[in-house]
Formats: sequence, structure tokens, C-alpha cells
Amino acid sequence: MKFSAYALLKNALTGSVWPEQWSSPEPRASYDVVIVGAGGHGLATAYYLASEHGIRNVAVLEKGWLGGGNTGRNTTIIRSNYLWEESQKLYEHAVKLWEGLSQELNYNVMYSPRGVMMLAHTLHDVQSAKRHIHANRLGGIDNEWLTPEQAQAFCPILNVGPNIRYPVLGAALQRRGGTARHDAVAWGYARAASKRGVHIIQNCEVTGIRRAPSGEVIGVETGKGFIGAKRVGVVAAGHTSVLMGMADVRMPLESYPLQALVSEPVKPVMPCVVMSNTVHAYMSQSDKGELVIGAGTDAYTSYSQTGGLHISAHTLDAICELFPVVRRMKMLRNWGGIVDVTPDRSPIIGKTPVEGLFVNCGWGTGGFKATPGSGHVFAHTLATGEPYAINAPFTLDRFLTGRLIDEAAAAAVAH
Amino acid sequence: MSSAYRLPHATCIDYTKPLRFTFDGKSYQGFHGDTVASALLAQGVHLMGRSFKYHRPRGVMAAGAEEPNALLDVSRGGGRSVPNLRATQVELYDGLVVKSQNRFPSLRFDVGAINDLLAPLFGAGFYYKTFMGPRKAWAHLYEPVIRHAAGLGHAPSKPDPDTYANQFAHCDVLIVGGGAAGLAAALSAGRSGARVIVADEQAQWGGGLLAERGVEIDGQPVQAWLAQTVRALQAMPHVRLLSRTTAFGYFQQNFIGLVERLTDHLAHPPQGQPRERLWQVRAKRVILATGAIERPLVFSGNDRPGVMLAGAARQFLNRYGALVGKSVLVFTADDAAYQAAIDLAQAGATVMAIVDLRENPQGPGIEAARALSLPVLTSHVVIETFGRLRINAAALGRIGPDGDVTPVKIEQCDALLMSGGFTPSVHLFSQSRGKLHYDADRQIFVPGISAQQECSIGAAKGTFALQESVQEGFAAGAEAAEQAGFKSQTIAPSRVRHDVPSCAGFSGAVPRPKGQRAGKAFVDFQNDVKVTDIISATQEGFKSIEHVKRYTTTGMATDQGKTSNMNALAVAADALGRTIPDVGLTTFRMPYTPVTFGSIAGLARGDLFDPVRKTPIHGWAQHHGALFEDVGLWKRAHYFPQKGESLHQAVLRECRTVRSKAGLFDASTLGKIEIVGPDAAEFLNRLYTNAWSKLAVGRCRYGVMLNEQGFVMDDGVIGRLADERFHVTTTTTGAPRVLAHMEDYLQTEFPELDVWLTSTTEQWAVIAVQGPLARQILQPFVTDIDLSPDAMPHMSVRTGHICGVETRLFRVSFTGELGFEVNVPSGQGRMVWEALWAEAEKHGACAYGTEAMHVLRAEKGFIIVGQDTDGTVTPADLGMDWVIGQTKPDFVGKRSLVRADMRKADRPQFVGLQTHDPHFVPDEGAQVVAVAEPATGSAALGFVTSAYDSATLGRSIALALVANGRARKGETVYLTRLDGQALPATIVDPVFYDKEGARLHA
Repeated sequence: MKFSAYALLKNALTGSVWPEQWSSPEPRASYDVVIVGAGGHGLATAYYLASEHGIRNVAVLEKGWLGGGNTGRNTTIIRSNYLWEESQKLYEHAVKLWEGLSQELNYNVMYSPRGVMMLAHTLHDVQSAKRHIHANRLGGIDNEWLTPEQAQAFCPILNVGPNIRYPVLGAALQRRGGTARHDAVAWGYARAASKRGVHIIQNCEVTGIRRAPSGEVIGVETGKGFIGAKRVGVVAAGHTSVLMGMADVRMPLESYPLQALVSEPVKPVMPCVVMSNTVHAYMSQSDKGELVIGAGTDAYTSYSQTGGLHISAHTLDAICELFPVVRRMKMLRNWGGIVDVTPDRSPIIGKTPVEGLFVNCGWGTGGFKATPGSGHVFAHTLATGEPYAINAPFTLDRFLTGRLIDEAAAAAVAH
Repeated sequence: MSSAYRLPHATCIDYTKPLRFTFDGKSYQGFHGDTVASALLAQGVHLMGRSFKYHRPRGVMAAGAEEPNALLDVSRGGGRSVPNLRATQVELYDGLVVKSQNRFPSLRFDVGAINDLLAPLFGAGFYYKTFMGPRKAWAHLYEPVIRHAAGLGHAPSKPDPDTYANQFAHCDVLIVGGGAAGLAAALSAGRSGARVIVADEQAQWGGGLLAERGVEIDGQPVQAWLAQTVRALQAMPHVRLLSRTTAFGYFQQNFIGLVERLTDHLAHPPQGQPRERLWQVRAKRVILATGAIERPLVFSGNDRPGVMLAGAARQFLNRYGALVGKSVLVFTADDAAYQAAIDLAQAGATVMAIVDLRENPQGPGIEAARALSLPVLTSHVVIETFGRLRINAAALGRIGPDGDVTPVKIEQCDALLMSGGFTPSVHLFSQSRGKLHYDADRQIFVPGISAQQECSIGAAKGTFALQESVQEGFAAGAEAAEQAGFKSQTIAPSRVRHDVPSCAGFSGAVPRPKGQRAGKAFVDFQNDVKVTDIISATQEGFKSIEHVKRYTTTGMATDQGKTSNMNALAVAADALGRTIPDVGLTTFRMPYTPVTFGSIAGLARGDLFDPVRKTPIHGWAQHHGALFEDVGLWKRAHYFPQKGESLHQAVLRECRTVRSKAGLFDASTLGKIEIVGPDAAEFLNRLYTNAWSKLAVGRCRYGVMLNEQGFVMDDGVIGRLADERFHVTTTTTGAPRVLAHMEDYLQTEFPELDVWLTSTTEQWAVIAVQGPLARQILQPFVTDIDLSPDAMPHMSVRTGHICGVETRLFRVSFTGELGFEVNVPSGQGRMVWEALWAEAEKHGACAYGTEAMHVLRAEKGFIIVGQDTDGTVTPADLGMDWVIGQTKPDFVGKRSLVRADMRKADRPQFVGLQTHDPHFVPDEGAQVVAVAEPATGSAALGFVTSAYDSATLGRSIALALVANGRARKGETVYLTRLDGQALPATIVDPVFYDKEGARLHA
């Protein structure tokens, strides 16, 4: 059934039951493609396999509930103002898909290009911000420099006065950046993929990756038994290392807890997304009215989906400095997710040394924004066996060749 | 008594202290000890809020932290406003101003209530199914409307003037909850001598005991026992009682976050008193005595003002002397509600009926009610309620033997007290990662296996009878103290009489007549989630409880599902045809109740946000008009403007003066690490790219440090003071990172090396004296070092005395001029600086700041790590192959330098740029492109790393990283601008001045 205002009205008048948004089938014996991980990236991959490559004999296996990992735990920021050309192309590809995603999926993912403003607090920040702006403009990505006064005009509750420890010296603004409703992204892709015949199998943990004597992948062992596959794509964020280890592939990843929190809901007070890498604070306001705040990663690797109080405290220190009117607001909910961080803070999307085994991981602290683009290029890679032009640079072997795409070194921070 | 609903006896009210307050502009009276909720109820006011989505009129449902409906805004003016406070927790003070929220134009008449009529359209997740076209309409049309409709209260509009405190504490036993079980535990732990902290979120000690009357403990009336127990605890110096203190988070290693509210209840908070205090407590043992929360029953119209929890009605009566209604109907599945009926009846209310869902309830409560001739209807349910802004009647039905419900009658009432039994408050237990156990008999989750040094007692554990609760408290307190190393005494068991404990309960939608839809039967009151929403979510494929929660938003309101989670779970389980434990609860997350940002941030504001590091010469620079820049934690003098000078003018002057005469520069922020030990040189060999073994004592060398990827990470001059002692300098911001990097390698990779690393950054003040007259300026003060060029050549280090103070004197230059860096103990830094300054002034020298320093070094083509490098640059990229010790067997990063990509021809290389327009200073960060108007999406050749107006050269200069740049010298490239077309520049050598280095060898 197509979702629309008309459908809502009809349903309201007739009191009819909405159909299932996705089915919950039992697994087949084998599939053309098995995707491990039903987060946004994995579900998007399945969707594009079915919709663009005609590969519908696809299963997405999920150890818990779909969208329950980092897809449902992030601060929903979308932007493409990355430094390096390779990253710009990848994230801009995603932004272009975001712009039409609700219509494409017939599911309101609430993409809201309300502007992402990144603050500069030191002369070094100013240099870095301007470098990004110059690079983005050349790459055809909107990004503009704002004076402190202009920054405050764009976000009236921002404190640009001299009375804080690191006064705001200016900001880089990407107007097309914004937010989306994270759960809806997972659900929208799940519904659209399921409609096209993709099997989404929840509560089905992968416990092994089975390989033929000749080395290639032939399927996965799961809590529901062996499932055969011609190709396997691992899209498991913080648990990628564990899964890839089952195929004896050692990944250049470290997994850390990353925290976020929301305030109680209030009427609109924060019109845009503001990020500050120097003082470690990100904030926007959800449509429900909650201030959505991103904190940092713990200093140590861990698979625990909770982080230390001091990490949230450090972020709230910064939030209260930058937005002094929110100091009396209250933290409603705090949670953590496990992020998979590569040495150059850029993702790995492509082939692995094992025939038939593909991986999409390493999105670190910033994977949500890439969801549609990531799924789109990974679907191409799984369908053809070769990367799409956009993900060709994001190989696993770049850590051997040294062809890194180092967003962290350049920005010196999380993204 | 000014109201017919105010009674003269209550445990928490001081009737001698009447107070005035306003609610939505109307003045009311209450008493000291009241909450806003109790004071309004005592005036007969039930309507206190509007729900989130349908704007339905709502009254108070609960009496404590679990309240979902009565959310208010409290404002003291001047930035002191707080939205979304629960009326049940706001303590009254004289002059309190509270307002209702989420309504327009008034609470009684709210246009948003139109949503209630349109409710069929607004089922679970409706917004995912519409508002999709046209493409831009979401952001520009629908979203703004939805955003304004959503949200509850308003954020404050002014900065918060209050302060917040922060305290760390350790204790042997932390007890959360000051009810019967918690106090008993405190008593027995305290008597053992253990350091005990007891925290309770309420103003008064006693928890549920405060609402008890008639109960006796050890022959004493309950209130007397309570007062005596609290007095005993107050007399123990090692027991700390924290009231108005919520334990909101249970972290790893028995680390608990508490927030203590200090002034919100005061009419006139003392000046300077913090508003709240965050306690971060590490406890050897934790006892959770967090009680239980009563569940609402889920039936159509269960949200009408006047419908509330039976236990809440009893609390309002016995604690606050507020009668919630005069003709009350009780709807229950639990014995405890009978006690509420009895208490209200004895206080003068008419109990219209006690409607019991159960077929044949038995127990002392039921017998007592029958003894008082209260009408008890068993196997009955409420199937609907009536009334607009307050309940005025309810329709009752009888459950037949086959389970069918038949409507029987309509009963008038002005309050309906409901009880579905009690849900243990396992929030903190669950946060501690303890495993819950499902008690199938009573249909509740109780604490199972602990994950930390913790135990739950009393109602939090599902022990509802007072006698057992107190017993558990005594035992748990004693056991915890013993485990913490104290010898405990046995406390004689208590005897409790006349207690009516909760004994059963019901979760999920109550039975209704066949064919009747669940209607407006609310599960989550604040977020307006109905039974039908949960059922439809499950039908739409949301089969995980986490999906149900997210799709319907049940449990996601400001009360985080305290009253709704069990009912939501039961409804979902029923709809899915699965058992409750199979479906399972959603994860409990911190905080237990919302916590003010300010109390978590505490003192970290303004200059306390991050430590401010100042050099010993900071005061002098300030006195001499310096403006400062933030570099890491340091404040560095950026430039020293003379009267009327701009940054640009000051820097030109400072640069000219240094080149022509001399300048003094405060270099104290440079990182300094003392590396000592027999293997010191070998350690440096491995951490820096160049060779150190043969560096002579008394000489210095410029060192480059790489990360594992082979990229430049830090640089600095390293002097050898003795065979086994090096003085290492690092960049200002790199210092901590470099020391950590060194320690990491020393401890994990090279543990065999005999080396000690010590940060000495703050031990030394460093005064750079640079310029042709540098030697003349220093000479008069140095007694025991020969400064002559032959005796002390460029890149040497000597120890001796300056101004009578010991010094490590380096002859080094970051300006390209003859230069020295004078290291003296920090305490003497200012004295030496002032002596040198007096001499420097005689020679016409200046003090210069970091900006001039940047320009001077750029003229010489010296890099700044972090500005001219960005973590992707190798020594070869910088034209520094000479810094690589080619014959060394290994150093950190060496392996990576041989990777294919590190040897490509088109790697970025460090070059100079000469703009064709000498006045054009490109942006640092400008892209270097091949043509003036590059096509969008075309690749850059590189970027400008540094750019300045150079006084020395009388024109602009720039440094850049350009692909294969060294081979392109002489080529014209273009530099992008943000406000116009790219402008041309020629690629040149990065050394603009004194290429031969004659000046620094002077």
C-alpha cells in the first residue's frame, strides 16, 4: 500500500489495518547476496541491489532488531562538506540521495536541510575552516564563511561573546546540511527492500563465515542454521572486526563507545545544527523538540554500549558555554553506540582478500549521513564485484599502499 | 482551612506556615510542605496540563517522580525559568509562579485539542506516511508547523545566572532510597561504623511510610518510628543523609551519579549558594531501596482529570492533607488500593464503589473495606469515563464467567482511583547491568543476578510487605558493611502491624465489552500512546519491543515510561501472542529522572571550562599591551600593538625590528621533555627520524617525529646536555601528545630501553632573543658562557648562568637571524625577561608575538607542524629528506615511508608561492588550481598552508603544498578566493630570505 495523506484519511475513516511494513520470513537455504547487519547501510544496500541491480534474492541478517545499532543511536547530522575530493564525492552522493529519499522510498524520512554550522574557536580552526570552504567550493559543495555576528544571526542562542574560554571566531556553514529521522531511514529502506522481495531476518546472529576449500565464501553460519550465499557483504559497524575475524580477515579498525544524549522536549529554540570540534559539542533540535547532543568517544576501546559520565559531562560543559540559555534544561536520555574507527577516519567500502566477501565499515563517528550513498555504492560493488567510481578509493588495501584519505588528520577531530 | 478539600492532619504539612503562589496567573494558598500538585488539589484543582499530541486535558496522575501529566513551567525571572517540571515534585514557597504548558490560549480552552478530534488520522507513526510531497515541502511547510506543535514547555530565554557545584565522594555503603527498607539498611550499616551515604529524591525522609497511618512498627506508630530512625541516623557522624537527591545513573565499578537540589525549594535562595550539586560517588557496596511505582489501569478514558493512581490519592491525603475528591470510585486489581479507599472514606469522602477486576480478592484490606461497608464490586471493570475537564462519571461493566464484559451501570464520581499493582523500580539495577528476572506469578520484573557490588531490597526487589522490607533493610545494611570490612551487630527483627501490602496486579488493557474498541485507553499518558497504537504497530511489523517503543513513542516522554512500560509491554505481548518475558523490556538508560545540564557541567564555565595556561612572562606581556591567542590551553601573546596600531601594522613593525635590530619572544609554551638514561640516544634514534648517537654533548639538532603512518607528527630542537641527558623540545600543542606517544612506545614496544621521560615544559621559562643584536643584548648578563660565534656556534647548547640564575642557553633560530633561546627556571623567568628587556630597549629592540614569529619563519621557509603539515605529509614532501637517518635500522614510521603511495611522483610537495599581485595575500587554505576558472569538481593541485604580508620582502609571501611542486617551480598557478576569481601566482622556492643562512650563523 502506498503511503499518502489519502491513505491516512482512508484508514482513519474505515479503521482498516495497515499492512506489515516488512515481512519476517524464515530464511531460504541460500541467497545470491547475504548482507550481515540490518542497519541503515545494510538495508540501503539491499534496497539498491533490488531496485537498481535487479538482485532480489537477497537476505539481510540482523542479530537484534533492524535499525537497532548505530542507525538508531546517532545524532542524525547530514552534511557533505568534507575536505578531500574522495570524501566530498562520497558524502555529496549521499546528500543528493537524501534530497529525494522520502519520495523514492514512499516513507517520510524527514530530511531537513536546516544548515550545519561548524564553529571556529582558534586561529588554527579558522585556517582549517577556510581550507574546507575553499576545497568544497572547488568541489561544487556549498560551504560559506560566517563572521561571529552572522553565525549568531543564523543561530540566535549561540554565544559569540568574548566571555567564554574559546570565543567563536567564525563558522563554516553548509546550508544543505541538516538532519533526518534516523529510525525512519532504517524502516523506510526495510519496507522498500522487503516490498521488492528482500528477506530481512532479525534475531539471526551470524556465528561463522563458511568458505570453500578453495577459499571463497559460500555462506554464513547463523543462529537459524547455515545460509548459503554467493556473495556476503558485512555491514556491521562496531562489530565488523568480530565478523571479519570469522573469515580470518584482520581489519584495521578500533571500536569505541560513542555517546549521545537528548534533553526534554521544548518548543523550537535551535533552528540549525551547530558543531564545534574544538570544544567537542554538537547540537540540534529534533522535530519532537528534544535537543540532540553528540558527545565524544571514550578514550579506550570497548564493546560496551555505555560510556563514562565524564565524557557526557565534557560535552555538556561545552554546550552550556556555547548556548548559555540551555544550562537549566535537562538531560532526558543518554546512550552509547559502538563506532568502528579506521586509522584515517574514512570508511572501507569494497572487496576483501577473501573471494566473495565484501565489507562496508569504518564509518567511525559519522556514518549516518552517508547511509543512502553508502548503500548505493556498496550495492553496485556487491552486484558487479567491483567498486563504483565513488567508492573505488575507499579500499581496504589503502592501509598497505599508504593512499589514505585522512579526514581526521586534516580536521584533527571527529566528524 | 480555606478549602473543602484541605484536611487538618498530614505528615508533611506545616499548617502554621501558609504560603501564596500563582498558577497561570491566579493566586492560590498552600502550606509549607506542599507540592504544587498537592496545593492545587487541596483547592479542588485537578486540571494541570495538556498532553503532547492530542492536547487532552490532564490532571495529576501520580504523586512523585513518575508523574506524566502535570508538567509545569516555574519561573523566578531573569533567566531562572525551568520548563517541564512535575507539579508533584515542585515544592511550594511563598511567591512561587507556575504556569501550565503546551496550550493556547488557555489551559481550559486549548485550540490544539482539535488534534484530539482528528486522532484517527494521527495514529502511531502517521508522520512517516505523509508530508512527502512536493519534495521541498517537508522542510519548508510541514516541518515548521510540526515543530511548533511539538515540544512541551519553553526553553529559558536568558542565560542561567545560577551556579552549580560538584563533589566527589567515596563511601563504604551507598543506599539509594530513604523509605522503610533504605533507612533500616542505613541504620544497620551505620551502626557498624561504615561510612554510609543515603540519598533520597524527596524533601522528607520516609518514602512510602509518609503516607501510612495506622501501621505500627515495634509497637510504635509508624510516624514515630520513622522520626526516631532518622534521628538515630542524623546522630551518626559517618552517615551522610542527602535528601532532595536523586541517584540518576549507575555506571561501571560502582560509580553512581547523584544530583542534589539545593535552592529550588527556597523562596529566597542565599546569594552565592549553588542551585544544585552533582555528587559522583564511588561506593564499595550499593543498596538499592528505590521502591516501586504504581501502574495505571488501561481502559477507555483513563486519562481524564480526576483519574489518578490510588496510592497517589492516598499520599495526597495522608502526606499533604489534600482530598482528591468527595465521591470517589476505586478501580483496582490490587489490595493496596483498598487502603486508599478506607483512608479517603475515613477522611470524609464517599466511596461510590471499589471496582475490583479480580474474581475473588481476599485479604485484610478487603476485609477492612467490607467492615466499613464500602461497596466492593468484584469481577467488575470500568469501561469508560465521562466529563470534559474533570471526570464526573464512569461506566462499569461486569466480567462474566466466560470473560465477556457486560455494561452494568454508570456511577457518578469526581475522582477515580486506579491501581494495577506496583512495578519495582529496577531502573538503577538495570543500569548497573544486572539481569532482571520475571516473576510470572505476580507479573513483574524483579532484580535477578547482580552485575556489580550491589543488592536490591524492599519494594524495589518486589518485597511489598513492610515487615519483610524492614527486615531486608537491616540484613542488607549489615551484610554490606561486613563486605566493606566492618563488623556488624544484629538488629532485632521488627514487628509490623496493620500493613496492607500490594499483593497482585494487572498489566495491559483491561477487559472490555465485545466489539467495543479500546478507544482512548492510554498506555503512555504524556506521549498519548493508546492501546490501539501499540496494536497497530505490531500489525505493521514492529515486533520488537524496541521497535514498538520507537514507532509509537511509548516510554519516550519525559517520564521515560515509569508508569507505562509494563502496560505497553503487556499490550504488545498480547498483540504478538507471546509472553511478557519473551518480548522483554526496553533498555533502561540513565538518567532515572531528567538532570539539569548545569549540574553536570558544574563549575566548568568561563575560564574554568578548560584550564588557562599562562607563561611566567604573561603578566609582563599583558602590561605591555599584548593581545593573546588561544593555542591549546595556552594563552600566547599574539602581537604587541603600540598606540593605534592594527594587527597588520604591529606585525610589520615587529618583523622589521627583529630583522634590523632584535626582538624578545616568549617561547615558554614550547613543550619540553627531559630524556635521561643510558639508552637515551637510542630511544631518540627510534622515535625521531634522524640519528642521535653521534650528536656531541653541547650540540643541538632539529628532529622530526613521525607517526606509524610515516607522516610528520611533531618537530623540535633537541640538545644533548650530557651523554645520557637530552633536552627535547616539541611544538606547543603537541607536547602532551608527544610525551604520550613516547611513553606508549617505551612501555609497550621498547621496554628494554633504560630511559626516563619527564615533562619539563613548565619548569623552564624560555626567552628567545633573536636578531642581529641578540648577542649584545645577552652578553651583559651571561657570566660563564662564551657567546662568541666560534665558542658557541649555531645549534649549540650551554649551561651556565644568566642574571645569576642557572640557564640552559641554546643558540637556535626560528627567525633566520642570529638567535638564542634562554631557558631559566620558571620562577626567575619574569626577572630575567625584564632584565633582558631593559637592555633590549637600549638597542631599539622590540617584544614580538606569535604572528610576527609566524611571518619571520615563513620568510625562511621553516615549517610549522599543524599549519604547513596536516597529518598527511612526509619529510620528503617537505623537502626534508636530509632529516631521515638513512642508515638507521628502524624508527617509528620508517616502514610506512616505503609504501607505494608514499613514493609517488605527484605527492604534494612544500613550495613557496609568489602572487603576481604583491598586495594579494591569499587565504590560508586557498586551493591551488591550474586555471583561473576551474570547472566545478576539478581536482586541486594543492593548497596554501601559510600566507602573510612580508615587511622584509615588501610583498606577500605564501607557502603551499602542491602536487609535484618542486618540479613545477616557475609555473603559474591560481589561488582560489571566496569573494572572486582565483588569482595567479608563481611557484617558487619556499625560502624567501637569506637562502645561504649567513644571518643565523652570524
